[in-house]
Amino acid sequence: MTFLAQIRLVTCAMMLLGIVASSPAIAQKLGPDGAPNPTASVTSERTLLQQVPRVEGRIDIPDTKAAVLIQPAGRTWDYFHEVLLHWGGAIVILGMIVVLGAAYLIMGRLRVTAGRSGQKIVRFKAFERFAHWLTAVSFVILGVTGLNITFGKILLLPIVGPDAFSDISQVAKYVHNFTSFSFVAGLVFIIAIFFKDNIPEKVDLDWIKQGGGFIKNKHAPAGRFNPGEKLVYWLSLAAGVTVSISGFLLLFPFFETNIAEMQLAQVVHAVVAVLFIALILGHIYIGTLGMEGAFEAMGTGEVDLNWAKEHHDLWVARELASEGRQGRPSATPAE
Amino acid sequence: MARMKFLCDADRCIDCNACVTACKNENEVPWGINRRRVVTINDGKPGERSVSMACMHCTDAPCAAVCPVTCIYPTEDGIVLHSKDLCIGCGYCFYACPFGAPQYPRAGNFGSRGKMDKCTYCAGGGGAEASGSAEEFEKYGSNRFGEGKLPLCAEMCSTKSLLAGDGDIIAQIYKERVLKRGYGSGAWGWMTAYHEGIEV
Repeated sequence: MTFLAQIRLVTCAMMLLGIVASSPAIAQKLGPDGAPNPTASVTSERTLLQQVPRVEGRIDIPDTKAAVLIQPAGRTWDYFHEVLLHWGGAIVILGMIVVLGAAYLIMGRLRVTAGRSGQKIVRFKAFERFAHWLTAVSFVILGVTGLNITFGKILLLPIVGPDAFSDISQVAKYVHNFTSFSFVAGLVFIIAIFFKDNIPEKVDLDWIKQGGGFIKNKHAPAGRFNPGEKLVYWLSLAAGVTVSISGFLLLFPFFETNIAEMQLAQVVHAVVAVLFIALILGHIYIGTLGMEGAFEAMGTGEVDLNWAKEHHDLWVARELASEGRQGRPSATPAE
Repeated sequence: MARMKFLCDADRCIDCNACVTACKNENEVPWGINRRRVVTINDGKPGERSVSMACMHCTDAPCAAVCPVTCIYPTEDGIVLHSKDLCIGCGYCFYACPFGAPQYPRAGNFGSRGKMDKCTYCAGGGGAEASGSAEEFEKYGSNRFGEGKLPLCAEMCSTKSLLAGDGDIIAQIYKERVLKRGYGSGAWGWMTAYHEGIEV
């Protein structure tokens, strides 16, 4: 046989083999009557959803998110928002209030043991106080308007009726969106201003070992901020940044995110916000009701010298030493 | 009592978008908003299927559950309607909807969205406006249901792939079709929307 004939023979044999090998597949593509089987390559909705979280396809309209045909995760997110978040949020926030109430009943208001000296020392300068109050007031507004989205229809709607509640919620939504900017600004200031005084030090271990002075009412050593305050700082930093980023995504929906990412952003925003509220409730308690002499630190900027010596002895020592060196009095007698 | 549903027979849908056009025309849907859309799966590949999708008017509608102002509600016929007076445009219904039905005609600042709009089963608004009135039409679109008619999308479907009507009746029609022709890729969305599939 010529070489060309040999090649032809081999090629024909290979093709025949290929046809024979694929005949079961062809048989599937043809129905029992020999006509093409139209559903040969179609996957059912059930199989598709087992493979991918949501069914997406091609669309003819510019709205790209409309390409998602079915996303069953919507019902899961509904369960999170209506069941988990409601129960979780209620337990966390009400639980915190109960714990603080118990703390007040058991320990009472922590007094300045030696009594007020009448002498004051500057604790927070004007800009520090401004940054704190900007963030604090923004936080309270954001918290209340945010909680309205989750709990408003249970707590407020039955009281004011659907029309008034809708108007209130409409305003609350805008207030929440716009107050977020002052919160972020205040948060950035707070992070920057108080960063160096919140870095963990050795004295923090001593403070923790002595139970922070809560046990046996004996005061423990601390720098400008004790570990409890440092914990509030770092947790607030983390929670604040998280809630800001997730909130930013919610402010520009579907800008660079798809439906699953939007749902995740909302979940993160809600969970972290609820925990943040519980943290700040504790912070508000200790700064107002829980401890005598604490509020004036942020209120006027000056604290009683005895309070400072009892709660932040190392910081007072440093301040008075630097005053002695500079000859500038930082402790002023009460007028 | 009839329980209204939609069924799109993916094996008949030819992606002609007559349903989309009918809906937009009948309800004066604003530019850029689609109450109904056609999605094509596996476009250009074997097993390509097109499905016409709008609000499925679910049982236990997740949109109604998550709405912070409870402005979405089911009617006796199973149609899910909402009040544009109460809607605050928060967008939660879209996150919850498995079918992407809610639309927001107004693109405002920081995702403020405006009032939500969606397929009403051509049943108007069910609200304070008089049924079939001009005010109702301006807000919610046509009220064919009040005149005893079915949604126009299904009426205009060129291949009768999109079926609308009582759930039992259209399920029966679909079953008969699948048996007669010998194939069917299923009632897309029924398990998610109504917690029941159609077994043939």
